[in-house]
Amino acid sequence: MTPTKPPPFIEMTGIVKRYAGVTALAGVDFTVAPGEAVCLAGENGSGKSTLIKILAGVEQPTEGGILIDGGSAGRLDPRAASNAGIMVIFQDFSLFPNLTVSENIAFATQLAAHRTFYARGEAKRVAQKALERIGVDIPLSARVEDLPVAQKQLVAICRGLASDARLLILDEPTTALTEREVRRLLSIIRKLKDEGVAVIFVSHKLAEVLEVSEKVVVLRNGEKVAEGDAAEFDAASLTFHMTGRDVPETTPGTLPEQAEPLLTVARLSKDGSFRDVSFSLARGEILGVTGLLGSGRTSLAKALFGLVSPDAGRLTVGERDVALGDPIAASDAGIGYVPEDRLTEGLFLTQAIVRNVAIGRLDAHESGGFLKRNSLVAEAADWLKRLKVKAPEIGAPVQSLSGGNQQRVVLARWLARAPQVLILNGPSVGVDVGSKADIHDIIRDLATTGIGVIVISDDLPELLATCHRILVMKGGAIVDEVAATDTTEEDLTHRLAS
Amino acid sequence: MSDLLKRNETLVALVIVAFCVVATLADPLFFTVTTLSDLLRASIVIGILAVGCMLVLVSGGIDVSFTAVAVFAMYATTIFTLGVWPDMPWPLVFLLSMGIGAALGAFNALFIAGFGLPTLIVTLATLSIFRGFLLTFVGSDRISALPPEMRNFSRMVVARGTTEAGNFYALPWAFAALVAVIVLTWFILQRTMLGRSIYALGGSVESARRIGVNVRATQIFVYVYVGALAGLAGILHGAMGRMADPFSLVGLELSVIAAVVLGGARLTGGYGTITGTLLGVGLIVLVQNSLIVLGIPSSWQTATIGLLILLGTGIPAYQAKRAAARAG
Amino acid sequence: MSSVAKIPAPGLMNSPEFRLLIIAVAVFGLMSALSPDRFLSAQNMTSMAFQFPEFAILALAMTLAMMTGGIDLSVVGVANLSAVSAALLLANVAGPEATGAAGVFWLGLAILLALSIGAAAGFINGVLVAKFGLPPILATLGAGLVFTGLAVAFTGGSAVMGFPTAIAVIGNETVFGVPVPLILFAVLAYALHVLLTRTPFGLKVTMFGANPRAAFFAALDIDRIILKVYTIAGMFSAVAGLVIMSRANSAKADYGSSYLLLAVLIAVLGGVNPYGGYGRVIGVILAVLSMQFLSSGLNMLGVSNFARELIWGALLIFVMVINVVDWQALRRRR
Repeated sequence: MTPTKPPPFIEMTGIVKRYAGVTALAGVDFTVAPGEAVCLAGENGSGKSTLIKILAGVEQPTEGGILIDGGSAGRLDPRAASNAGIMVIFQDFSLFPNLTVSENIAFATQLAAHRTFYARGEAKRVAQKALERIGVDIPLSARVEDLPVAQKQLVAICRGLASDARLLILDEPTTALTEREVRRLLSIIRKLKDEGVAVIFVSHKLAEVLEVSEKVVVLRNGEKVAEGDAAEFDAASLTFHMTGRDVPETTPGTLPEQAEPLLTVARLSKDGSFRDVSFSLARGEILGVTGLLGSGRTSLAKALFGLVSPDAGRLTVGERDVALGDPIAASDAGIGYVPEDRLTEGLFLTQAIVRNVAIGRLDAHESGGFLKRNSLVAEAADWLKRLKVKAPEIGAPVQSLSGGNQQRVVLARWLARAPQVLILNGPSVGVDVGSKADIHDIIRDLATTGIGVIVISDDLPELLATCHRILVMKGGAIVDEVAATDTTEEDLTHRLAS
Repeated sequence: MSDLLKRNETLVALVIVAFCVVATLADPLFFTVTTLSDLLRASIVIGILAVGCMLVLVSGGIDVSFTAVAVFAMYATTIFTLGVWPDMPWPLVFLLSMGIGAALGAFNALFIAGFGLPTLIVTLATLSIFRGFLLTFVGSDRISALPPEMRNFSRMVVARGTTEAGNFYALPWAFAALVAVIVLTWFILQRTMLGRSIYALGGSVESARRIGVNVRATQIFVYVYVGALAGLAGILHGAMGRMADPFSLVGLELSVIAAVVLGGARLTGGYGTITGTLLGVGLIVLVQNSLIVLGIPSSWQTATIGLLILLGTGIPAYQAKRAAARAG
Repeated sequence: MSSVAKIPAPGLMNSPEFRLLIIAVAVFGLMSALSPDRFLSAQNMTSMAFQFPEFAILALAMTLAMMTGGIDLSVVGVANLSAVSAALLLANVAGPEATGAAGVFWLGLAILLALSIGAAAGFINGVLVAKFGLPPILATLGAGLVFTGLAVAFTGGSAVMGFPTAIAVIGNETVFGVPVPLILFAVLAYALHVLLTRTPFGLKVTMFGANPRAAFFAALDIDRIILKVYTIAGMFSAVAGLVIMSRANSAKADYGSSYLLLAVLIAVLGGVNPYGGYGRVIGVILAVLSMQFLSSGLNMLGVSNFARELIWGALLIFVMVINVVDWQALRRRR
């Protein structure tokens, strides 16, 4: 906001990054000045994580130059980056589960200082100071693996704040935080900016980020497609730049007047995860469940499919009781589950596409102990066609597909089993915008065939575009229930994080 | 308190105490200085090997080649000393053996840190390479005429004497080597950035790389250090047994890993303490040497060790599985 | 990012099995050239055919365990425990004087006993892995010590001998000129191949090995898969134990102790991915043949047994370094 712009702290020019033939960044220029906050926006696969990894020294650019304080940075490795004062708070936290809180916070600082000996007492002081700075109280000697998600995220933030950063990169830093903690973080960032620290924000909660940013840079398909004053952007224009087109707002279809109840959840509880959860789902209904990371939304979703064992409660599909804590019983009862993390939980990456679909229904293609391969392949191929999976060859490994097509493969697996209830946890995470709209269409179509769908997501526009009803979870309990027609994104954000 | 009870160290310590109590009740002679000195002597070589093995497990790897490294270093050192400088002072003999061990460790590191191959398969292969090379090209005869300095070393004792009952006891200086290894390794692990980097590596390689830990250098250190410790253990084994036997030690690796795992180190990396390792070693040595006191014939020794491993690792694994299911 | 990358289906030329075929042929050619009259003699061919099946069968058991991303370090322990139990029955109950029909009866009973013990031992491994959540390395290491230890305890550590003569059939006879151990290996190898490629169970094993977590999320009956895998591995080990027993005409707790390493080595050399999800029986067969050609040839050239161990280890490292690109891709995936 100052009239005379200070010289940039980081100046990246013509950055190109290729991975095994795939171009992740195709000649991007990027600058950030001391005291400036830049919002880096882009879809999944747009190249923004790659750009961050290059700045952090984790990845080396294929081409292009990086100047730090106007001088060439040379080869930037993680240590050189942290010596230059570049601190990254990674989306996956990048913590050490086996080490204590104080060590997680202070280890990088001592590493950057080229210490030979580890100063335990100093680590504690540094960690304590960092924790006090954002005003949270986490025991210093606790092991990180024992902490709840929100505290892990706070530890990751503290690690970024612990050393004297000159550039702080925050990659989705608030996914687990409450509104109060987010406000606190933003106020610290304002203070850091006043002290001349540069900040790069990556977040899909745009409203929150635009508030503290001066500049916005939008990446799409590895190229910079927009750059300008934060004041010139709003949510709609950002979406336009990120996707390259106007995405029409869609709404869920109307629910039949007297839909018969399909799934009933009664007082489902699990110590430390969720408590007293009761709701019902009607045939043809799409129900949204949202909440912060660590609010219990994922545990609840998994519990409905038997992946975690609740301590108490009842689950019925139709008239039938479903045994708790047993995924096989759940799937036999007609429940399907599309997991949050497609790559590690949903797919067998090295295996053929057709196998990834067929694995859900092997028993139907068995005769005398042997697999009937023709019928198995035919059925899987049919489902892939119905879901419009673009695959050159169904025998190719599923990892050769794009995110959107991969998600359809997982969907095909479950749809082949003709489920009554389909639980979708983060159905469009890591999926490009075009496919996202298609997947939303599929979800709406499924509901019209009478399947009950539960969508778990923290992507609020997604919930608003697909769901009839939305449940809000906080601290393991359902605290709110709203009809999608009665709410807006701002209203939901507030309900979720207040 | 409940936290303390959940730890492997406590569990193993309780089993050791129970063992000693029952053994003493069965045979009062068990609870004597003689038994103690016997057990301490028996734990020197396996203790040093176990400390090294623990370091590898903490870093997230596994090493099964260290016994072959130990016997290679010991035998090659003996041959070299006898052939070149029979009167080489024992500290130099030890250093030579450790140097050979470190070199073999570096060979492991080349494939593990250099090529990024899986540690179990690499060390299985180098186990046969080291052993095959030793027996083919260095020699396969047992040598009982050790260099004089090694024999002298084996006679040096910290304490010796005869109990009132007339039983002889002795604690050799070799025990000091175990103490030195413990102190040095403890210091590295707890007080240096290198040691903490080893734990960090075991916790998450990717996170370690991101905050600037030199992953490759840390791995190289681990395997070279373990090789040097194995060289030390090997030469002590030779000196104390007063024989350089190229067929000895190999086969012991699984017992050593068992001791370390009993002590709470995890195969997935990131966990492991010196205390736990030493307790695990204590239990294994106790079973190997004193099972008969409990009235269990020594032919049941192997089965007992196997059972201990299953119990000692099965109970915590079962608890962890339950806890993971609870955490959702 | 990398997930978008096009990965071509592995062609014939760059599959690990093809590389192994070249190695097997090269070793065979080399040995034939170095010692043509002896290596290529009928006598050598027969003796090789008698030698390798016992450890080759153990390698098949190892292959199955590795397909799930596990490992079975108890194969030799199970083999010896089964063999020792069968031997105790044969030597103490049947006695060497049982001949003719009685001998065959006792042989059948002994085989049944050995297979049951193998299955039970394997089942215990499976329970430890599936129900107790022990890592397979630890479970099979501990259980393997228990099995070996039981064999020691039953026999006091000495060899059991004095069997009915019918026992020699398993290890020393030929049918139409084909050694019985080779037939056993061929049958088991084919059975494993069919199991892995033609049955729902085989596909489940492969998928579970490729990603155990995804298998859990796909509602596969994981516990049953693991139990079955280790039980079958135990039964294969028992067959190997019977072959060893018959060939040695005795059983002892520490027979074949070098076979554990050899079995792992052959499986990995055969292209089985120790992280699970990939492995083909044909690869294992080619690896076995390469090993056997190498050992026999070296033996004829007067190379000591110890050098063989050295060469095996070096071969394993060599093949892994060749595959280094694949391996690193694997590590990144994990």
